[in-house]
Amino acid sequence: MIEITDLVKIFHQGSVNEVLALSGISLQVRKGDFITVIGSNGAGKSTLLNCLAGSHPIDSGHIVIDEQDVSRWPEYKRATQISRVFQDPLLGTCGPLSIEQNLALANRRGKYHGLKRGVQRSDRELFRKQLSQLNLGLEKRLKDSVGLLSGGQRQALTLLMATLVKPKILLLDEHTAALDPKTALQVLKLTQQLIDDQHLTALMVTHNMRQALQLGNRLIMLHGGRIILDVSGNEKGAMTVEDLLEQFYKVRGEAFVSDRMLLV
Amino acid sequence: MTYYAFAGALEQGFAYGFLVLGVYLTFRVLDFPDLTVDGSLPLGAAVSAVAITAGYNPFLSLLFALIAGFLAGTITGILNTKLGILHLLASILTMIALYSINLRVMGRPNMTLLGKPTILEPLTNAGIGMFNAAPLLFGILSILALLLLFWLLNTAFGLAMQATGVNRQMITSQGVNTDRVIILTVGLSNGLAAVSGALLCQSQGAADVNMGVGTIVAGLASVIVGETLFGCRTIGRALFAALLGSLIYRLTIALALSLKLGRFSFTPSDLNLLTALLVVGALTLPKLRRKVLNR
Repeated sequence: MIEITDLVKIFHQGSVNEVLALSGISLQVRKGDFITVIGSNGAGKSTLLNCLAGSHPIDSGHIVIDEQDVSRWPEYKRATQISRVFQDPLLGTCGPLSIEQNLALANRRGKYHGLKRGVQRSDRELFRKQLSQLNLGLEKRLKDSVGLLSGGQRQALTLLMATLVKPKILLLDEHTAALDPKTALQVLKLTQQLIDDQHLTALMVTHNMRQALQLGNRLIMLHGGRIILDVSGNEKGAMTVEDLLEQFYKVRGEAFVSDRMLLV
Repeated sequence: MTYYAFAGALEQGFAYGFLVLGVYLTFRVLDFPDLTVDGSLPLGAAVSAVAITAGYNPFLSLLFALIAGFLAGTITGILNTKLGILHLLASILTMIALYSINLRVMGRPNMTLLGKPTILEPLTNAGIGMFNAAPLLFGILSILALLLLFWLLNTAFGLAMQATGVNRQMITSQGVNTDRVIILTVGLSNGLAAVSGALLCQSQGAADVNMGVGTIVAGLASVIVGETLFGCRTIGRALFAALLGSLIYRLTIALALSLKLGRFSFTPSDLNLLTALLVVGALTLPKLRRKVLNR
């Protein structure tokens, strides 16, 4: 269980460019929740994920994972609990290293990276098995450098790496946005499959409202650094894109301005 | 080129090999331009000279040099990661600080090892001439260092080290403290540079506070020449290329110094110009080669 209480993040505090990116977000993520996160540009979706992962220090509030307050933990330490997939397919993997070396690093997420051999012989069997579920033929290319893979393949590999050691929460930040539609769909299917198989808890930011409704058991909408909608279960299942837009007008009382939100 | 000049170039090439392997670690693996070596190489020489003069075993003095250089490198790493000083500037600060430290270590600007034992003594005692002993011993030692680095780069820590240089976000997300990796790697690199200094001091018979001037340029030149000539597709190959680059660099200089065109000949004061030309050549050669091949 992850408890987020009164999370506040201010960028450029005290300057003329001051931005209140998160203004007191509170959220209880239950074990096994698959939450989709939507909101217009600048709503604070990515900031929320970055604050959870520890890339941005928070200004106030608390993040508690399984009764452990991680609010002040540095990013590398939070990686013991949290794994993530970025929008940029190049960000989640290391290009010059081989597929097996990347997986070996991920297989030690949160453990000590010491002087043992990086890729153990016994690891390879596990890596092949894991890679074969991607159906990309990567299990035959363990020694190829990751730089040779396409964006979609790299994103699929990043997903696998993020779940190789089961995280307490998986953060997905528009991880299909940089891919072509067909590849995006494949990666999305894989995401669903990995989350189902391992009963993962996940938070997925997306710009696609239909996707946000189709996937997961819970949906939150952010605006101006606040959660303005939080629906789950049957209530979410019954919702349509129009309902979402209507909800948005009702709560905010202003026009939905982002064009990208309408690209469903 | 005489045989002595050739053997001398090999000796220097292998002795500087440690430095070049260290520069490869920071410059290529970690993507951290580190000028600390200009100070840590003479530090190694100073520590070795002082240790030998104080009666320590010459081999043990190499270990002392390694430790001293490592500590110097960690200072640069800490300045950069913990205090947020730009890597280049952090290394320059440590470098100039080391100039004073080196004077303190020796208590004077230079120190001779005349009549003192060196690591070459066992070989010369066995009847191997000084001119053969140094390249032989330094060659064996630098190849050992290369093999150790190859092993290190393939450990879990080594993979984290490589990833830190390429994609810091990725490796942080895998739970690695990149600050620690940077501090340790820059430390190791300078430890290697200090061993170079210790070897040079023992083969030349003296440590001098100014012997580090231009070390980084020589190191970079060797790495780049090696890469251009021998490639760097795999880690093993890149390490090998770096060491060979060091030999080629020293041989080229020896060759240039022995060159006589009519009444003109190069003097040691021309070395900086030659080094610059060599690096420019090595950097442009791959582009030229591609142009010619595409025609």
